[in-house]
Amino acid sequence: MTNTPQHHSQLRSKLGRVRGLGSTREGVHHWWAQRMSAMALLPLSLWFVYSLISLTGSDYYTFQAWASEFGNSVFLVLFLVATFHHAQLGLQVVIEDYVHSELWKMGMLLFVKYGSVLFAASGIFAVLKISLAG
Amino acid sequence: MADDTRPLSPHLQIYRPQVTSVLSVTHRATGVVLALAAVLLTYWLASAAYGPASFARAQAVMESWFGRLILFGFTFSLFYHLCNGVRHLGWDLGWGFDLIRLRITGVIVILASLGLTALSWMMAYGHVGKL
Repeated sequence: MTNTPQHHSQLRSKLGRVRGLGSTREGVHHWWAQRMSAMALLPLSLWFVYSLISLTGSDYYTFQAWASEFGNSVFLVLFLVATFHHAQLGLQVVIEDYVHSELWKMGMLLFVKYGSVLFAASGIFAVLKISLAG
Repeated sequence: MADDTRPLSPHLQIYRPQVTSVLSVTHRATGVVLALAAVLLTYWLASAAYGPASFARAQAVMESWFGRLILFGFTFSLFYHLCNGVRHLGWDLGWGFDLIRLRITGVIVILASLGLTALSWMMAYGHVGKL
């Protein structure tokens, strides 16, 4: 660590340096999760748009038959997971940037995090119900 | 916010809008819009889970002129966020930071997202034989 400024090595414990998580104790986890979900969403969202195009104007039975196909069910679930994971990561940053009241910030973060889980779970359960129960 | 009286640096509205800054703000805005689109996706899937009648109602809502307007906005938001997201991933790899590349890739993002949006809607209208 010859390049580390003197004050750095003095202020941070050796354990803290080894963990490499920085002052927020989270390291690059948020950043990396955003990129991971983004890369998953590249093919998934293109597949989704293409599917919507081919489903334009369908009735329930056409949609049900499409959603029941194994690959489509799996991709729909993956798309929901990646979408809501990516969405809550992004909305979190927007809220942290613009909402300065601690109470509002905490409230909105909880709303976004719980809301994302709620809508993702509902969407996934809907896919399962459509594809398994008809 | 320990002290609200501290001086702030000049904020967004004082700077002249540039390709780079406008695209950056649009990336955020489309991201927020897409979160709303995701909620609509869950509504759509849930309507199908409730059965043929509620799915038909959801489809009718989406096919109305207002529904189509919203979906058109969502389509553009998705393609813009996707294309500019690829631009972001390039930056993460250390590519494209110089001003020339920033501007060229910015213009490509705008043209590509407009083109993909138009193409998707032409394909969708073509699919139902209304093109």
